[in-house]
Amino acid sequence: MQKKGVHVGKKILRRSLARNVSPSKKNISRKKDLLKLNKVKKVTLKKISKDTLGSARRLRSKSQSRSAKTRYEISQEQFSLIPQQILREDGTTPGKFSALSPDQIKSLYRFMILSRIFDDAALKLQRQGRLGTYGSVRGQEASQVGSAFALQKEDWLVPTFRENASCITRGMPMKGLFQYWGGDERGHAYTESMTTLPLSIPIATQLLHGVGLAMALHYKGQKNAVLAHVGDGGTSEGDFHEALNFAGVFKAPIVFLCQNNQWAISVPRKKQTAATTIAQKAIAYGFSGIQVDGNDIFAVYNAVSAALGKARSGDGPTLIECVTYRISDHTTADDAKRYRNQEEVDAWVKKDPVERLKKYMLQQKIWDIKKEELLQQEAATFVSAHVRSYEEEPASDPKDMFTYTFATMTPQLLEQYQSLLDVSGKKRDPNILEKVEGGFP
Amino acid sequence: MAIMTLLEAIRSALDYELGRDPNVLVFGEDVGFNGGVFRVTEGLQKKYGEKRVFDTPLAESAIVGISIGMAINGLKPVGEIQFDGFTYPAFDQLISHASRMRTRSRGKYSCPLVVRAPYAGGVHAPEHHSESPEVFYAHTPGLKVVVPSTPADAKGLLLSAIRDPDPVFFFEPKKLYRTVKGEVPDGDYTVPIGKARLVKEGKDMSIITWGVMVSVCEEVARQLGQAGVDVEVIDLRTIAPYDVAAVLATAQKTGRVMVVHEAPRTCGFSTEIAAQISEKALYYLKAPVLRVTGYDTVMPLYKMENFYLPNTEKIIFTAKKLMEY
Repeated sequence: MQKKGVHVGKKILRRSLARNVSPSKKNISRKKDLLKLNKVKKVTLKKISKDTLGSARRLRSKSQSRSAKTRYEISQEQFSLIPQQILREDGTTPGKFSALSPDQIKSLYRFMILSRIFDDAALKLQRQGRLGTYGSVRGQEASQVGSAFALQKEDWLVPTFRENASCITRGMPMKGLFQYWGGDERGHAYTESMTTLPLSIPIATQLLHGVGLAMALHYKGQKNAVLAHVGDGGTSEGDFHEALNFAGVFKAPIVFLCQNNQWAISVPRKKQTAATTIAQKAIAYGFSGIQVDGNDIFAVYNAVSAALGKARSGDGPTLIECVTYRISDHTTADDAKRYRNQEEVDAWVKKDPVERLKKYMLQQKIWDIKKEELLQQEAATFVSAHVRSYEEEPASDPKDMFTYTFATMTPQLLEQYQSLLDVSGKKRDPNILEKVEGGFP
Repeated sequence: MAIMTLLEAIRSALDYELGRDPNVLVFGEDVGFNGGVFRVTEGLQKKYGEKRVFDTPLAESAIVGISIGMAINGLKPVGEIQFDGFTYPAFDQLISHASRMRTRSRGKYSCPLVVRAPYAGGVHAPEHHSESPEVFYAHTPGLKVVVPSTPADAKGLLLSAIRDPDPVFFFEPKKLYRTVKGEVPDGDYTVPIGKARLVKEGKDMSIITWGVMVSVCEEVARQLGQAGVDVEVIDLRTIAPYDVAAVLATAQKTGRVMVVHEAPRTCGFSTEIAAQISEKALYYLKAPVLRVTGYDTVMPLYKMENFYLPNTEKIIFTAKKLMEY
């Protein structure tokens, strides 16, 4: 039964991904659970990944057969993709979506709602002067929740700076997020067991850390993978190129996920790259790229799950482009009205990923108004509790600046710490001075 | 004890640590099969395999960037940047991440990595192959910067650097790779980071220096000694965090201090040393702290290299001013 299921599932996924269409009702009805794909044997996953992720290669061979002239030329047209979509804007799916159980779908939805309420709270706190500059993730919840949800506990998440929904899904304490954006590094001191890197503000630099983490997993023989995020602007950075190149060369177990939210502050996607898609960039590094509807949480989850499975099985990296939209300003320090028109924003609001999943759940009758009210209340209470605990946290000791520069404070740092105490009228530590002014060793 | 060149001593340290700790990886451009352009890593890939000693694509930011990920994930990466002048593409990774991961994560993550690079001039190399950028890195909180000048120190400091819990930039004076030889202790031998070396004791004046200039200053001390000036020579060995105690001790002892380095003068590390002495040992001074350094010019191509670099003539010229002050 398991074997047969896998075979059918494989066929469905292969067809749907290769042709960039969602699995048909007919196909789906033959197999009840796409999710089981993740549980099947390594060898099968290997085949699936190779097959399903090779759409660009297939397109190429088609065009090659058209004329001898194109044999020596790769053209942009070959890379026109239609983003994979499973969950349509009206909340329907082409067939029954069974990769995730109703409970899992509800938990995806909960993470999206939590993230949205967190976002709203953070924006208000910033306006009230209770939080620093903050970048909202509104509109990108499907890309973030869907991808982070596909991670196993021991996998690594390498976030960008606009990553609250991913971090919340990953189980990072919300208080920590408030702390970090509230100007306190303690927000990044997560629990010891969590394999998530701190937020990375320098664009695309974090991708190389992801590759290093992945190479270390491979070296240690750990069967886990890394999910490293980047934005559309990040793909223009040199480190994007270096990271994908290294990942390809060393066949690192990593999935690069580009949240193409159309804007890098005021610079639109079309000014970042002349390439038809971001997904196609993977081809140049020797692995496959996929483009998905980044507001479709099912498509994101499926693509990331398959790519992580491929990475864990030793079949190397994948680049996934999530086509989505940054509904809010770049950060609270930005005014997006200066450079983009409201019609564009309105059009994307209609594709809202949270509403889309809610429509689906209502249609599937796994959700209702009552449940929605309860969730909204629960989420609002949860977020407020974290705001409170963020604001009630005693201020950190300025000594921490010195303590965490190196594993052990250098004589210079000890002295500088003392000088800070001097200014603030606190008592000096005579031992520290002795260390600095001692004779030749 | 074996007699080794500086290059052999570095190789022996890498060899020793690769053998001792399975988490140590050595990599970079041409580092694996070819054994590095200077042959520092020659034979290591053959001995430890391609998984532990390997070539990377030509990308310096990536060499340091992956080192960060590896270090966070429990490995001890030792990445090589082929030349001093090619460390700049990796600057962002060092400054923005490696040096501050501990602070950023309040101690949850750290980057115990080593970046090795041949450094400084004097070998008639092309542009970008003779630079002394140590102060860029020394100015970065969270980064340690080490410059050995003897084979024994090269081994001892490199072993300390690999075992250090924080990122260390290990500059190798390329002119000394094969021109100095010395006894190197066998087996496990470490030299602490942050401690200067008293090269020669003296009572009349002090020269504080590092890298290639140590041997030049030793020659100066010998010549001045014949003229009756007893020169103390200090090899700083670690630029960050440097040995303030040793600097102050020698300043207090002789009251006349000169700092010698190849890097440009303005904001060169001599500036920090002079400031430290003026803050803490002013009343011991018989003369201002003087400097013999590279100029605030671009490091010239090799036909003019000898005009740029400090040499015995320039140092003795300044030493006389220091003594006559």
